[in-house]
Amino acid sequence: MSVRVENLSIAYRTLAGDCCAVDGVTFTVADGEIMGLAGESGCGKTTLGTSLIALDGRMKQLSGRVLLDGEELPISNGKAMRPHRMRDISLVPQYAMSALNPTRKISKIIADLLGCHDVRYSSVAEEMRRRIALVGLSDEVLSRYPFELSGGMRQRVTLVLSTLLNPSLLIADEITSALDVSTQRAVGELLMEFRDRTYVRSVITITHDLSILAQVADTIMIMYAGRLAEKADTASIISAPRHPYTRALLASLPEVGVRHEQTRLTGIPGRPPSLADPPAGCRFAARCPLAASQCREQPPFAEVAPGHFVACWNAAGRDIPAVPAVPAAACAPESRTAPAVQEVTS
Amino acid sequence: MSTLRLDKVSKLFRAADADGGTLPALRQVSFGINPGEVVTLIGESGSGKTTLGKIVLRLITASSGQVLFDGKDIAAFGRAELHEYYRYVQGVFQDPYSSYNPVYKADRVFELLREEYFPKIAQGAWEARIDAALEAVALNPGEVLDRYPHQLSGGQQQRLLIARALLLDVKLLIADEIISMLDASTRVDVLNLLVGLKQAGLAVLFITHDLSLGHYISDRTVILRHGAIAEMGPTVQVFGNPQHPYTRMLLESVPQLHRRWSPRSAGLEAPAAAGEQAAAGSRPPARPRHRPPARQPRRGRPNPMLEPPPLTECEPGHLVAAAELEAASPR
Repeated sequence: MSVRVENLSIAYRTLAGDCCAVDGVTFTVADGEIMGLAGESGCGKTTLGTSLIALDGRMKQLSGRVLLDGEELPISNGKAMRPHRMRDISLVPQYAMSALNPTRKISKIIADLLGCHDVRYSSVAEEMRRRIALVGLSDEVLSRYPFELSGGMRQRVTLVLSTLLNPSLLIADEITSALDVSTQRAVGELLMEFRDRTYVRSVITITHDLSILAQVADTIMIMYAGRLAEKADTASIISAPRHPYTRALLASLPEVGVRHEQTRLTGIPGRPPSLADPPAGCRFAARCPLAASQCREQPPFAEVAPGHFVACWNAAGRDIPAVPAVPAAACAPESRTAPAVQEVTS
Repeated sequence: MSTLRLDKVSKLFRAADADGGTLPALRQVSFGINPGEVVTLIGESGSGKTTLGKIVLRLITASSGQVLFDGKDIAAFGRAELHEYYRYVQGVFQDPYSSYNPVYKADRVFELLREEYFPKIAQGAWEARIDAALEAVALNPGEVLDRYPHQLSGGQQQRLLIARALLLDVKLLIADEIISMLDASTRVDVLNLLVGLKQAGLAVLFITHDLSLGHYISDRTVILRHGAIAEMGPTVQVFGNPQHPYTRMLLESVPQLHRRWSPRSAGLEAPAAAGEQAAAGSRPPARPRHRPPARQPRRGRPNPMLEPPPLTECEPGHLVAAAELEAASPR
């Protein structure tokens, strides 16, 4: 068991009160697993990813804990997290294209970063050159400025840089989003290659693009409005999704080979609820074609098949014993003690 | 008759370096769009697809070649004619957020249009037109009028901009990456909207880098590469029977739900090179080595590298360019 997140809740502090962007999230990422995290914009996927490595000033942890190989990570304590960053957990940030300092050459950026973690540049230089060659770049990039590189090249440099110290967990946030299809493919394949060579042990890759995840991910986790909707292996999510939201997302995805004359795709009507004042019960209920009276209660994130977790009354079967309902304003930490998450772990 | 006809449109940008070189962004691109037809322009970044859209909207002018709208050359339009031109041709762009002035309410775009094009229309008639246009894009007037841009979702903003175009007597819509900023759940609604408008007789130039979107919506597809047409023809034929190695490489790279990327023998080489060599290997090149369209040292002379690879017809209406066996450009 590599990474275990238990009942994690992260809120943004706003003038109007706390806005709970990640609400009682529990999951496990195994060794060697690439887990895809998908959902609409504003569903909390980036917040979840960044909270595992660095909470910024606006964010605060309401509840839960994160275990890395059984050891708890002090995620709400920036100073205590410092030795873990880059070594244990590393991040390829969203907009990695602009993550590089424009006034420094690539080698200097890397040396600075390594210096922050008390690693000598010369001690990893050889391995770094090998990896730069692996991602299809020449050593020359080290003496270039970021603006001299194309988007795909920058993305690869960032990937090498983030994984230089062989972290246990890599969080890759929208690493393929701004790229052309051929470059997307190259970066996606590099991610798998890095995992296969154990440069990284586990990966959480965050994207809104399910078709990319179908290529690179072993498991896919779908988030909706701050909560987990479904998690299963990639094949089950793609071909046998249980949550109505997952089904609707997949149904709205145009694929090569689908034409409007033959197959009319449909979007999902409505918008996700505001996280500042989330509705009671299942948050997808307002847009859900299967919504029933039971959906006024929060469904548990239950295991309906081995490794297949779904938070939906319909998928779970209505005979599942009702879990004590979580109050609507579940954001306050004290009200969270009721297990909104019921999961069977192996 | 075609609504729009492009005839050997080229665009040279002056490169930023000191030697005064030029960068050919478009090389003799010719195609047409008929009423009630969606033509998808597919290309990767730097292929010149946005430049082409801007030329059609006359935001920039072509270096050579003609853009004919209803048989008239748009480059010759004076101020008044251009004003009329925009009554028929409108653009919608990638980022809806930046198309609005955040200080004003979103429906101000309608009011500006009224001042410019319909100064004499009565208030009641105008409101009826707005309601009709909003209905055409499946928006509820009560939900979107009298709101600020930040109060609307991306999909609503984008549809409001399409409604704005519909208020005019628009015949041609330039849709430049209008889907890419939208969430998966609202994307398809905007696409279906374009299908509906097309069935009502609107011609659409749909510019995208996403092949699956292009395939879903369009009647004809133009694949642009380094500013020149690599392949074009009816969408079903281009996607079903791709002839150009570049098209095949693009199609192989598209991530799909039910099909994994086929394993590539070429390991981790630069993607364009790998895909292209693999694909080109099975087909003898129709033309010997053709240098990539690089910068030209001198200006004002005829530019041989502007000459695009010649197109040949492999099926009725399906044109393919001779494969340019170039070294992959650094990416």
